[in-house]
Amino acid sequence: MKYSIYSLVRNAFSYHENWPRAWRSPEPKSEYDVVIIGGGGHGLATAYYLAKNHGITNVAVLEKGYIGGGNTGRNTTIVRSNYYLDPNAHFYEHSLKLWEGLSADLNYNVMYSPRGVLNLAHSYADLDAYSRRGNAMRLNGIDAEFLTREEVARMVPLLDCSPHARYPIIGGLLQRRGGTARHDAVAWGYARGADARGVDIIQQCEVTGLRRNGNRIEGIDTTRGYVRAKKIGLAVSGHSGHVAGMAGVRLPIETHVLQALVSEPVKPILDTVVTSGAVHFYVSQSDKGELVLGGDLDMYNSYGQRSNLPPVEHAVQSLLALFPCFSRLRMLRTWGGVMDMSMDGSPIIGKTPLDNFYIDCGWCYGGFKATPASGWCFAHTIAHDQPHALNAAYTLDRYGLGRTIDERGGGPYPWVH
Amino acid sequence: MSAQRHRLADGGLIDRSRPYSFTFNSRALHGYAGDTLASALLANGVSVVGRSFKYHRRRGVFGAGSEEPNALVQLETGARTEPNMRATQVELYDRLTAASQNCWPSVEFDVNALTDVFSRFLPAGFYYKTFMWPRSWWMRYEQYIRDAGGMGISPRTPDPDHYAHRHAHCDVLVAGGGPAGLSAALAAARAGARVILATEDFAWGGSLLAERAAIDSRPALEWVRDTVAELAAHPDVTLLLRSSVFGYFDHNLIAIAQAVHPHSAHAPRQRLWKVRARQAVLATGAIERPLVFADNDLPGVMLASAARAYLNRYAVKPGERAAVFTNNDSAYATALDLHRAGVAVSAVMDPRAQVTGELPARARAAGIEVLAAHAVVRATGGRRVTGVQVAAMENGAIRGQPRELACDLLCVSGGWSPAVHLFSQSKGRLRYDERIAAFVPDVSVQAERSAGAARGSFALADCLAEGAQAGSAAAEAAGLRRAAVSVPGTTRISEAPLLPLWDIESGATRTAKRFVDLQNDVTARDIALAAREGYYSVEHLKRYTALGMGTDQGKTSNINGLAILAALIDAQIPEVGTTTFRPPYTPVTLGAIAGSEVGAHFDPVRETPMHEWHAQAGARFMNAGLWRRPMFYARPGESDLDATSREALAVRRGVGIVDVSTLGKIDVQGRDAALFLERVYVNRWRNLAMGKVRYGLMLREDGMIFDDGTTTRLGEQHFFMTTSTATAERAMSTLEYWLQVHWPELDVRLTSVTDQWAAVALAGPESRAVLSALTSADVSNAALPYMGYCEASVRGIPARIFRISFSGELAYEINVPADYGLALWDALLEAGRPCGITPYGTEAMTVLRIEKGHFTGMEMDGRTTPGDVGLGGLVAADKDCIGKRSLDRPALRAPVRRQLVGLVPNDRSTIIPRGAQLVTDPQRALPNPIIGHVTSTCHSPSLGHPIALALLERGRERYGETLFAMSPLTNSAVGVEATHHVFYDPKGERLRV
Amino acid sequence: MMLLPCPYCGPRDVTEFTYGGDDGTVRPGDPQAVSDARWVSYVYIRDNPRGPHDELWQHSAGCRRWIRVRRDTLTHQVLSSAPAAQPVQP
Repeated sequence: MKYSIYSLVRNAFSYHENWPRAWRSPEPKSEYDVVIIGGGGHGLATAYYLAKNHGITNVAVLEKGYIGGGNTGRNTTIVRSNYYLDPNAHFYEHSLKLWEGLSADLNYNVMYSPRGVLNLAHSYADLDAYSRRGNAMRLNGIDAEFLTREEVARMVPLLDCSPHARYPIIGGLLQRRGGTARHDAVAWGYARGADARGVDIIQQCEVTGLRRNGNRIEGIDTTRGYVRAKKIGLAVSGHSGHVAGMAGVRLPIETHVLQALVSEPVKPILDTVVTSGAVHFYVSQSDKGELVLGGDLDMYNSYGQRSNLPPVEHAVQSLLALFPCFSRLRMLRTWGGVMDMSMDGSPIIGKTPLDNFYIDCGWCYGGFKATPASGWCFAHTIAHDQPHALNAAYTLDRYGLGRTIDERGGGPYPWVH
Repeated sequence: MSAQRHRLADGGLIDRSRPYSFTFNSRALHGYAGDTLASALLANGVSVVGRSFKYHRRRGVFGAGSEEPNALVQLETGARTEPNMRATQVELYDRLTAASQNCWPSVEFDVNALTDVFSRFLPAGFYYKTFMWPRSWWMRYEQYIRDAGGMGISPRTPDPDHYAHRHAHCDVLVAGGGPAGLSAALAAARAGARVILATEDFAWGGSLLAERAAIDSRPALEWVRDTVAELAAHPDVTLLLRSSVFGYFDHNLIAIAQAVHPHSAHAPRQRLWKVRARQAVLATGAIERPLVFADNDLPGVMLASAARAYLNRYAVKPGERAAVFTNNDSAYATALDLHRAGVAVSAVMDPRAQVTGELPARARAAGIEVLAAHAVVRATGGRRVTGVQVAAMENGAIRGQPRELACDLLCVSGGWSPAVHLFSQSKGRLRYDERIAAFVPDVSVQAERSAGAARGSFALADCLAEGAQAGSAAAEAAGLRRAAVSVPGTTRISEAPLLPLWDIESGATRTAKRFVDLQNDVTARDIALAAREGYYSVEHLKRYTALGMGTDQGKTSNINGLAILAALIDAQIPEVGTTTFRPPYTPVTLGAIAGSEVGAHFDPVRETPMHEWHAQAGARFMNAGLWRRPMFYARPGESDLDATSREALAVRRGVGIVDVSTLGKIDVQGRDAALFLERVYVNRWRNLAMGKVRYGLMLREDGMIFDDGTTTRLGEQHFFMTTSTATAERAMSTLEYWLQVHWPELDVRLTSVTDQWAAVALAGPESRAVLSALTSADVSNAALPYMGYCEASVRGIPARIFRISFSGELAYEINVPADYGLALWDALLEAGRPCGITPYGTEAMTVLRIEKGHFTGMEMDGRTTPGDVGLGGLVAADKDCIGKRSLDRPALRAPVRRQLVGLVPNDRSTIIPRGAQLVTDPQRALPNPIIGHVTSTCHSPSLGHPIALALLERGRERYGETLFAMSPLTNSAVGVEATHHVFYDPKGERLRV
Repeated sequence: MMLLPCPYCGPRDVTEFTYGGDDGTVRPGDPQAVSDARWVSYVYIRDNPRGPHDELWQHSAGCRRWIRVRRDTLTHQVLSSAPAAQPVQP
């Protein structure tokens, strides 16, 4: 049933008892053309585009828990394409363009809200870095504006723009088309769209083994039986090494915890997504009214998916350094997700040394905004056994060749990313 | 006092000798010390306290503690206002002022209540199905959604209060101040343990404060008082009231948010305790569950235990005529207490066919009607409940027609859920206990144990016994002696089992709402809708319907919600499971989380020994990491650019001094010191002669430049290394890493001496003259040539003199022990006065180094190799070093790499914009291929035109070529010529005079 | 907030330490003698287990010593620690 104001009104008169399932819960078949391991945003988007762009519908998405339960359900919902290096700029911009039309495409309101992403500059080093990035963005056809301190103060009046701050704000880089989207809706929207096109979404189905035969994977052992597949795509950020290891593939990835928190909901007080270069920190206000904040990694390998105080303290200290008026609001919930930290801070979407095994991983902090483009490109890569132009640079072998894509220039030390 | 018409004439724990006045929604009301805002409102007969989140329905006080979903108020105004305060937890104080939230123009008449009228169009998740068209209208729709969202209002001015953190260790941390917690703390204290006991309440006693229990044949509160007194007398026991144990983290780190009371301007308002406890006892009690039936959200419907608290603790009648609806025995105590207080009890509705427990027997004996096998189908009323529709119930289904009973208070109880939040946060595993229809702690993972209602033992006798056992066992596990445990006596009341009753549906209630989550307006129909559409994992349910996502974190809704879901999808409750419990247990003020690291204390400030002089001299400072560094010393009427140019010219033509104390300094000593240097630097070091300085380049293991600096041989086994300011800390850790982890066999010792030495660069053609005036050492070119080193006394100060130059002029870098830094600075200024010695800052230093093509972190952006900056030849071919092998990778040897070049604007006057990107054709359609980027830019006063450094593809092959430096951010495109990167004195002749 | 057992200083808050990553890789004694694949594996490939993990930490706010720690990356239980120059006990 199409979602619209008409169907909403119509169903209201039958007490909403006739809405259909958003997606089926089929039993896994014994074989598929393509199996996507991982029912997060990326895996579901990939299945959707395999069906939509490539007509490949004999596809299953295997999810060990409930769909969108990993990082898709735990991020801070920021969407942007303000990257410096060319491969990233083009990739994320394609993603942003897909975001702009995604609700209509999926017929599911993902609530993409281009309320602007503002990077605050606190030093001349920041200004320099932002100028480089903003100019490169513009030359790549992506929107970017430089704001003076006065313009920043006008845009976000509650910011402490005084010269007495520990790290005074001296300007900012703004991407107006950046903003937020409703993370759960993205997983659900892609799931519904993929399901409608014939994709089987199998939840509560954990992969326990990958059976290799020579340079191919023949099939997948799962908690719901053995499934054969002609092609297999892995999209399980946080656990990429864990699952890829089942096929003997080792990755340039460390798994780290990234925490986030929300405040209690308050009436609208912050219209823009604000990030700071002085400390790795970002804040926005959700449609529900909660302030959503995130900061740095916990800085050690962990699959813990849980909270610990130090990063939460730092994130809140950063918030109050920028917005001293929020001190009396209360923290309502904290949580953690597990990140695939790659050795250059950029993702890996492409082939592995195995013939029919493809991987989408290494997303570091940036996976949510990439969801549409990652699905688009991963689907292309699997369908054609070749990367799309947009993910051609994101190869697994780039490290050996020296073609790393390192936005922050930190090298193979994830705690610097 | 004016009418507190619902206040009982006597009783309660309030202090009637201290009356307070307060204001609610601009009405003047009255209460007493010991009241909460909720109890005082009830005493004054206020039923409608707020409006619900989505439908803006009238809501009143529902609970008596942190589980409260409804009675949220905006407390105070102005800078000290706080939104979303639970009235049940606000201690009343004199002249308190509070107001309802989320309503306009008033809580009595809220325009937004129209959403309730149109609620059929606004089921759970309705916004996912609509607002998609027209696409351009989404932001407009969203603004409406955002305005409707949120609850209270945030302050808009800085918080006038301050907060602090406290770190503590203890043997046993006890969370919960009720019978189990007090018993546990007592047992542990008597065993000699260091104990911290915390309760979120403002009085000790927990559930005993609301009950009329007896312990050791006297009122339970006397036992509480005596226990607290004994604990307070123990020197190793810390008692924390108003302290919410909100987070259980790794390795028994437990966090507590303490409200400091009474609050004074000097004390922090709240304190965050970070406690490392050897053992923890979780005596956090249990939370009563509501029942789900039509219009169960009317003001006047409240938890049965809350009604008991208002009667017994606060001496308030929550109504005049009550009905009780319960599936378990505990609520009969409420019926009895109501009766005793003179409130008429219409009846007790109990779905159980047989009602056999002791409390129901006492209720019957007191003349209270008990309607077994009956349920409330609907609450009726407008502003407040005025009656209930009750009907017979058999096998969980309604039979027959409902009849009406009058009441203005309906006390509900669906059973009790142990507060297992902290246990779950500790990663303990829960199990579902059918007997009490609740989740209880099962398998512990960290060093904790639960006691009392928190583990499903609701009888007072069991709470006392388990608490004592747990406290004693915890003390023993923490290493103390085993002590005998004494448990006070109490009468055990026999209790019949409850009948799980999760939802009461009937045909008549198809249109009425049965609320599960009162705060977020999630109804049983919403849960059915979610299940129908396939959102039937408990996490999907929560996210789709917003169940349990309000400020009460689902304390009174989560279990009912998942039980209703389980029934809908034909699953057992344990299969459905709970959503993940996450910190904080109750919301914690952001200021408390931040503590004192706010404002100027957000990060430490590092200042050099000459900082005061710079400040007095009018320097404008910049932040270089944590350091404060002077940018320039502008004279009156001078622009920033003028000051910078003046300072730079002074260095080129005369002499200047700059404070370079911030550079990293590392002392390297040992037999293998030179070998160590050769492993970490790209070039050779064993052949560096005594008293000589050499430039060094360090790589990361992936071949990218990590840092550069100069290293000097001070002795046979003694070197002195410098690093850049920004990299100092990381360089030190990295060197220690290599040495300790990979090369422990080397005899090398590293010491960071950045803060131990003050450093000044004395630069310019007159610098030797100035230095000679201050030292008797021979600093002629012969005695101290370029890249030489000597130790000398400078104006009596023991100094290290390095003849190195960042500026490109004759220069000396003078290091003295840090305490002498200012003395050296003053001495240089004095000796240099005849030459017009000029202090200069980082801006002039930058101009000078750009003119000389010296790269810094602006060029070394973590993606550049030695070859990129023209130093490929510095990498010794015949030895390994960190990162060298990585340079062999194809992309690091590709000729198309961006190489360091200089840029000069074609018009010789336009400043090349900061961060500009280089292209060949400025008119080309986007995307315009970028072939390089500007890294550093300035106006060169010595050359008389702007210059810049850049990294450009095939840069070294393109000298003389015209390119365009594009800066769309500043609307500029500057034609430039690529040149060699050293603009000034390319042969370095001025260095060597 | 983890407690790490520094072999020199005793159990200290994790906030006193800086993480140094996986301890599984051994730097080839002669980098020129090994294959490209071996070198790249050393620089970039990591053991990243979901369970017991051998890793390096520096007690940067304390004794400045690098230490080896065996820690479970799922439960955060610390299994053992040793000075960097010594292997962790199995």
